[in-house]
Amino acid sequence: MNIRLSLTVNDESRELLVPVHKTLLEVLREDLDLIGTKHGCELGECGTCTVLVDGAPVLSCIALPADLQDSDITTVEGMADGSRLHPLQQAFAELGAAQCGYCTPGILLTAKALLADDPTPTRQRIREALAGNLCRCTGYTKILDAVELAALRMGQRPVRAMT
Amino acid sequence: MTDAVATRDALRIVGQPVVRHDARDKVVAATAYAADWALPGMLHAAVLRSPYPSARIVRLETKRATAMAGVAVVLTAKDVPRNTLATDVPGQTTAVGPLRATLHVLAEDRVRHQGEPVALVAAETLELARDAVEAIEVEYEVTPGVFTPEAALAPGAPPVHGTGNLLAQWRIARGDVAKALAGANVVVEGEYTTQLVDAAYLEPESGVAWIDSDGVITIRLSTQVIEHFRDVAEVLQVPQNRVRVIGTYLGGGFGGKEDVTVEAYLGLLTLKTGRPVKMVWTRQESLLSRAKRHPYRLRYRTGANAHGEIVAQQIELLADAGAYAYLSALVLLYSTVTAAGPYRVPAVEVDARVAYTNNPPTSAMRGFGAMQTVFAYESQLDRVARALGMDPVAVRRVNALRRGDTLPVGQVIETHVAIPELCERAWAALGPPTAARAPHIKVGRGLACNFQPYGRIVWLHDWASAWVGFEMDGSLVIRCGCPDVGGGQASSLCQIAAEVLGVTLTRISVHVSDSALTPLAGTTTASRQLYMSGNAVLKTARELRAGLLGVAAAMLGGDADDLDMDEDRVVTRDGRTLAIAGLLAECARVGVPRSHLGVYHAPAGEPVDLATGSGKVFPDYTFGAHAAEVEVDTETGLVRVLGYAAAHDVGRAINPQSVEGQIQGGAVQGLGYGLMEEVVVENGINLTTSFATYLIPTAADVPDVRAVVVESGEGLGPFNARGIGEPPIGPPAAAIANAIEAATGARITRLPITAERVARALGLLD
Ligand code: FES
Ligand code: FES
Repeated sequence: MNIRLSLTVNDESRELLVPVHKTLLEVLREDLDLIGTKHGCELGECGTCTVLVDGAPVLSCIALPADLQDSDITTVEGMADGSRLHPLQQAFAELGAAQCGYCTPGILLTAKALLADDPTPTRQRIREALAGNLCRCTGYTKILDAVELAALRMGQRPVRAMT
Repeated sequence: MTDAVATRDALRIVGQPVVRHDARDKVVAATAYAADWALPGMLHAAVLRSPYPSARIVRLETKRATAMAGVAVVLTAKDVPRNTLATDVPGQTTAVGPLRATLHVLAEDRVRHQGEPVALVAAETLELARDAVEAIEVEYEVTPGVFTPEAALAPGAPPVHGTGNLLAQWRIARGDVAKALAGANVVVEGEYTTQLVDAAYLEPESGVAWIDSDGVITIRLSTQVIEHFRDVAEVLQVPQNRVRVIGTYLGGGFGGKEDVTVEAYLGLLTLKTGRPVKMVWTRQESLLSRAKRHPYRLRYRTGANAHGEIVAQQIELLADAGAYAYLSALVLLYSTVTAAGPYRVPAVEVDARVAYTNNPPTSAMRGFGAMQTVFAYESQLDRVARALGMDPVAVRRVNALRRGDTLPVGQVIETHVAIPELCERAWAALGPPTAARAPHIKVGRGLACNFQPYGRIVWLHDWASAWVGFEMDGSLVIRCGCPDVGGGQASSLCQIAAEVLGVTLTRISVHVSDSALTPLAGTTTASRQLYMSGNAVLKTARELRAGLLGVAAAMLGGDADDLDMDEDRVVTRDGRTLAIAGLLAECARVGVPRSHLGVYHAPAGEPVDLATGSGKVFPDYTFGAHAAEVEVDTETGLVRVLGYAAAHDVGRAINPQSVEGQIQGGAVQGLGYGLMEEVVVENGINLTTSFATYLIPTAADVPDVRAVVVESGEGLGPFNARGIGEPPIGPPAAAIANAIEAATGARITRLPITAERVARALGLLD
């Protein structure tokens, strides 16, 4: 059984017909050719497939498009402004926060949602916000540094947590 | 050759924390990983796996699956032209003799571990392929299995293979251990247990295969070893030059993508169907079936004199290979060589064995056998220090190896050993001690050192090649068969070439990891790529430079030795310049090549003497020291890591940012090993096949890791670098265990160090 789906994806409205059981991850990768969204488990346990739905992080591998009718979706492809990188992307590239890069799209989007909610997060808050996004390469230190740097550049100085 | 640019001051690009060439692609998600690839008419593949750890296959019927609409092919063992996959270079061990490590591509009459592949399906959609797998009928007769190495080696144990269950044994002996122990001021005895763990990279095993022009079977996949194209050719029984492996940028490897993963299956399916085929393992499949890190039982007796100097170590190691040999014999060799730690020990006996069981197979994983031993030797040393009232830095200072010392295996250490400095710097990097938050919270600090070989075993005659060439506009191309696992392997090659040839980094394009189009450079394993491919690019670039500067000298007058290449120009001592494009045009005119293919050969040696277990084994080692501060809740056993510092002597940091990244990432993997990770297997059945049950550290579980990068200027890599891929994973478990004892007096000898184990050690449970 197919459903007719209407979504806004990276500021473009999309109409498509997809089988009801397809996940948002599959729709993005297979029907919309947005392969920037990766998968690490397809069970909702690693955060790799995170996208933003109406600004909030959602695990696309367990989200069903039928529940997302008319929502506004942001994937990693929608972060840069033309050739200008989003400050988070810029900071991740500069600081070496992406090693293999496989976790990076999901982490960038989770961080984007965090900074929209709290432009000056403490390091501890960043840790907690990213706790659902596994990274096996970096040990997280440079990822946290990059989120802090991006927050700073976006005009707000993060308050460092006591450690 | 003397190294004209080895001093740090003379370096321009090497040593700078430059932004990696692949960074932008990664943050905009333009990197095309293996699963991101698709071709017209592509089929999707799935694997049928054994649900039993030990069984006979009584009946295998594929008719129903084959007849399903949309199913292109179903393959079983009888369809595989040569159903044997070599998983090892020929090796040898002291007590078992020559070793041939092979396994079946698809199970024949027996399955030996849960998850062993039995049949393959390719179909129009993934869903159909999975349905067809379900439709294959298999009747198993469960047979008795063995599930611990102890049981496997007991008399009368059911053999996992036709022969006995002892897969390999290494022994080395130096000095009179019994006498030295008898004369020691303190003797510490300990038994340690390390667990089965998984590489758990976020990108599952994946690839796409197709038949390219001229019948070349082309497999584009996530692999650390493109040289497996030869193994695939053997399986398919086609000439080796008719299989091409294109290695993608990996979503992590850590040794788990060193052995063959999807490539043989993909080769078979594309050959049988003539169509492109894609295979992506699920996370469950990956956790179920991939080779993992060997669990060990380690028994140590360590004797020391009144100054804290170790006088003897008696060591017995027993490891679980699981159902197939893979790289177990070599992993065990690494354990044997490193068992006494980076210390001077006059008398040492090591007896190391690895046994077949019906557990998940074990093979390479970051640290490769030099890791399990760290937990034991560093726990032992701390106990010696405690018995003598010495501090952790002092006991390591008095025992540390020095250049010129001989390891128990008979290898002389030829480069600087920075252990004392690394200990001091790691310890100091923890900063002022943290006060305990409450009376029942205890805070303590621990230290642990390690040494990890980099580069392959010397009798494997390792080499790497690279091609470096200028385009007419002065831009530069590097081709090198080195897979990039995410550690910045390819990017470092750019820095090295830029340094020698004076090319702006952004004008370099680097092509890696293609068995047909890039000169072969060997595996991205054994912390060897910076060392091997780095040296290959360095050597090639220098040879190219010499040819080009010969032409430049003729153009500018004077001696080639007086010329330098910098900022895309040739520069004379008196400040005259020649644009690179002008030089290249002249090279074209006079017929001097603008490109060069070079080969770097690592120093080679003979196999260790099988009778005495003595000789040179590895090219060199990387040394490290980690310091941890933990708090322990003495009411619950909960451990939290408050601070962590990891110091390594990397010889020379080619890109300090990448070096820090390796240290931080490795340390956190090591913390996962120390504190939480465990593949739980009960009677051969894996109970942890998802990230909900196989836990790896999250951002909230670990502190920041302070990476302390020490550059001794000594190492065998380019510009005297040492390998840093594996070393940082070694010390964390021991550093944590030592910190817990410092905090509470309780000694934990079993990994992972869960709250329950700590509570038990504190006497809170029984
Ligand atoms: S792929 Fe969605 S959470 Fe892992
Ligand atoms: S960079 Fe590899 S998983 Fe995060």
